[in-house]
Amino acid sequence: MRLPPQPDERIDRTQEVVFTFREKPVRAFRGDTFGSALFADGQRVFSRSFKYHRPRGLLCCSGSCPNCMMTIDGTPNVRVCAEPVREGAHVTPQNVLGSLEHDLLAVTDKIGGPFTPVGFYYRTMIRPRRAWPLYEKFLRNVAGLGRIDPHAERSDRYDTEHRHAEVLVIGASEAGVARATELAEQGRHVVLVDENGSAPEIPGVEVIAPGRALGIWEGGLVPVDAGNVLYRYRVEQIVVAAGAIEQPLVFPGNDLVGVMLPEAVRRLVDDWAIRPGQRAVVVTVDENGREAAARLKRIGVEIGGVYDLRRERIREIVGRGRKGVLRSVELDGRRIDCDLLVMSGGRQPAYSLLAQAGARVEYVPESGAFLPTEIPEGIEAVGSVAGEGLSAAIPAATYNGASGKGKCFVCVCEDVTDKDLKRAIAEGFDSLELAKRYTTVTMGPCQGRLCHVPSIRVFARENETDPGTIGTTTARPPWGPVTLGVLAGRPHEPAQRSSIHHRHKELGGRMMWTGTWRRPHSYGDVEAEVQAVHGAVGLIDVSTLGKLLVIGPDAAEFLERLYPNRFGDMKAGRIRYAVLNTDAGRIMDDGTIARLSEDAYYVTTTSTGAGAVVEWFEWWNAVWGMDVQIADITGALAAVNVAGPRARELMSRLTDLDVSNEALSYLDARQGKIAGVPSLVLRIGFVGELGYELHFPSPYGEFVWDTILERGEDLGIRPFGLEPQRILRLEKMHILVGQDTDSESNVIEANMPWIVKFDKDDFVGKWALEHVQARGPREQLVGFEMEDGRVPPEGGQVVIKERRPVGRITSARWSPELRKVIGMAWVPPELARDGAEFFVTIDGGFDKAHVRLTPFFDPQGERLRS
Amino acid sequence: MNEFSYAGEVTKRPKESPTLRELTSYVYFRENIAGVQREWWYHRFGCEVWFQAERDTRTNDVLLTEIAAPTARAGTAGPQEAAIPDTPTV
Repeated sequence: MRLPPQPDERIDRTQEVVFTFREKPVRAFRGDTFGSALFADGQRVFSRSFKYHRPRGLLCCSGSCPNCMMTIDGTPNVRVCAEPVREGAHVTPQNVLGSLEHDLLAVTDKIGGPFTPVGFYYRTMIRPRRAWPLYEKFLRNVAGLGRIDPHAERSDRYDTEHRHAEVLVIGASEAGVARATELAEQGRHVVLVDENGSAPEIPGVEVIAPGRALGIWEGGLVPVDAGNVLYRYRVEQIVVAAGAIEQPLVFPGNDLVGVMLPEAVRRLVDDWAIRPGQRAVVVTVDENGREAAARLKRIGVEIGGVYDLRRERIREIVGRGRKGVLRSVELDGRRIDCDLLVMSGGRQPAYSLLAQAGARVEYVPESGAFLPTEIPEGIEAVGSVAGEGLSAAIPAATYNGASGKGKCFVCVCEDVTDKDLKRAIAEGFDSLELAKRYTTVTMGPCQGRLCHVPSIRVFARENETDPGTIGTTTARPPWGPVTLGVLAGRPHEPAQRSSIHHRHKELGGRMMWTGTWRRPHSYGDVEAEVQAVHGAVGLIDVSTLGKLLVIGPDAAEFLERLYPNRFGDMKAGRIRYAVLNTDAGRIMDDGTIARLSEDAYYVTTTSTGAGAVVEWFEWWNAVWGMDVQIADITGALAAVNVAGPRARELMSRLTDLDVSNEALSYLDARQGKIAGVPSLVLRIGFVGELGYELHFPSPYGEFVWDTILERGEDLGIRPFGLEPQRILRLEKMHILVGQDTDSESNVIEANMPWIVKFDKDDFVGKWALEHVQARGPREQLVGFEMEDGRVPPEGGQVVIKERRPVGRITSARWSPELRKVIGMAWVPPELARDGAEFFVTIDGGFDKAHVRLTPFFDPQGERLRS
Repeated sequence: MNEFSYAGEVTKRPKESPTLRELTSYVYFRENIAGVQREWWYHRFGCEVWFQAERDTRTNDVLLTEIAAPTARAGTAGPQEAAIPDTPTV
């Protein structure tokens, strides 16, 4: 089936590659793509169209159009014309019920036409409303592209990589290669990317092919999709050599199998030595069509005629076919039999990336194309993307407004016809930007490569104006389709580990992410860990807490301006809970503040909040200029919490400090040695038991951890992880900022009005909180317990009797200590009373819950203070 | 990750006890100038200093940078909104 060897053919006839198509073996050569091999094997219908299920065959053969999309080894929507063959691959057609040749869904083309104009589902499927799920299911079945198998095993890994280069050249066109070579010779670090994987080797240039530049962002950022990895390039200079794209003509039957662009002919013949057809007709507005005709003649294809629209006036072109396959073409009523129709509507520079970068796009009537101008600094356009070598074309002839003799496609991706566009114009969508959104023209997989210019031409003709007046639509990334895997690839995120990290792993800790930190979720038995804290003593690594020193003569006033409570009246050695607010009165972070001396405070923040809090402090002080120093010592110190009724006994074994309740009471801070290591001891409790938080230099992390576990062994000590801690804090109704609060929450509605001292002159957030106080709460954060044992989902709805949703659940857990399910929720103020009833949705059902305003466990805080 | 982080227009924090309207305008409304705008910036991966810049929002040209002279109390140019965490932070 192949032609005799061609001078520049890409195939290696000595190396056979076999893959299967619809379970049957197909023989190919190395250098073939799946598309070329299937075409050589006799396959002509490659896909069924998006909406009408019309047969479609090779059109562009250069990876632009959607016509050859198939599923390869489970990956849908692969353009087989550009995908190199792989031994043993399984290729299947998609969007088909039956076979490619007899697709049962093609009935939508026959009867659907009059009933399925663009946007029909907005109008015809709206009543009755409850039937929409049925309509939707039907639509989703008949329309669309490939399917993802939700049960498929992950076959590939995707990554994200950050890279730098001096110059990035996009496109291995002749001009691109020349410019890359030139710049490399000047000693610049040059990277060349090309989406078709056909870039030559250039000395001194790093070539990534296939690699598709998805867009150009500010600061020289260009993400490059290279299959399994997304390279995020930061470069000083960008050279766009993206070339020009051949445009189709718009006439009835222009989507029949056998209608091709000149580039498809060139690749089939020159690259893969395949005869594209037996008898060809060429209709062209430029030299490309003539070149294709010459090429076809050379390999012995019979030429039924070459019609150059620059010289000949043809009013009407109609493609005729049987079962979607071209049989003949009618030119002004003259019928010419053919199985190949080469159409050329001129070339359009692929300016999209340049426009994204800020270039303006201008219509040049002489070439009938849009050209980029005012190209921003640091970017250059070379080759045909800049308009070089574009032959003069007659755009008026590319669309004659001829319809009524069959569907006349403007956009093959989305099956949009000229009729659809006319209808949109008639309905008032007179700007192309609006009509685009309404008809989805240019919004399919080709991203406008083959339909943007035709749609402008149709629009211009219908509005009796020129394409320059219509203008282009905004170019947006991505320039070409991207697999979700590439976008979701693993980024290189730094992981923060505490100095005790390796002990957690040795103890069987199941590590989890909290922000950028790695922390133990638990050590395998959540309930036992909770019980150890309630019944004996537990140990948790809290090194991740943010730790700041605020020192200076103005330290007290500085903190009083930032936080709603007071710190100036605290004695040295005392601690207060503190919530940081914005001027909008929103909760930003929380933690504890210990006064170490007259002018020194030790501030802790949430684990992920440290950086933001330091920046916040510095920011306000850039305005206030107070005499205060802020030092972030988060990484310098490790911290652990020893909590449980036997914690004091354990502490007395570790330190010479007097740890009696009289000498070291609740909310006291002392400095002393723990296991010989200089430490700051804070008597606070995030969990509801007697507890000591020990902060000490992080190099001693493992030593202090080991020593505590050793000395506490006979007391029944157990390390506990984050999950047990979450249950324990929930029993006390201690909030987790970001879990129980969100970007709208304030301290008054979060049930902590006691923390706000309105009699202070000023503090950040004062005015907004005064306003909340004056208007009264609109919702409140409360505790609740479930009547029976099911745990509602966090984020689930709070519902009242009439099944009206009125609030949301922020936390919910089974408490092994209390033997019930407890949680926290935002509810309307009228529900914020002890014992109030509401329902929560669980798996579509409604379970009853009761409001609790005081902590579930140890409501008076006797154990904390014991 | 960017070496410099942008923190919005420089705004004027009201003097004591603003009306709800003044407060709302300070907290939520921005000029959004198409032209030269005075902004807060932070040299996050560097000297960790807050400074102000005059930038032309149309061209992205930075015309001036300076460390703002501190002022003693309210009624001054003040920071505005911090990013509020939407994931658990403990």
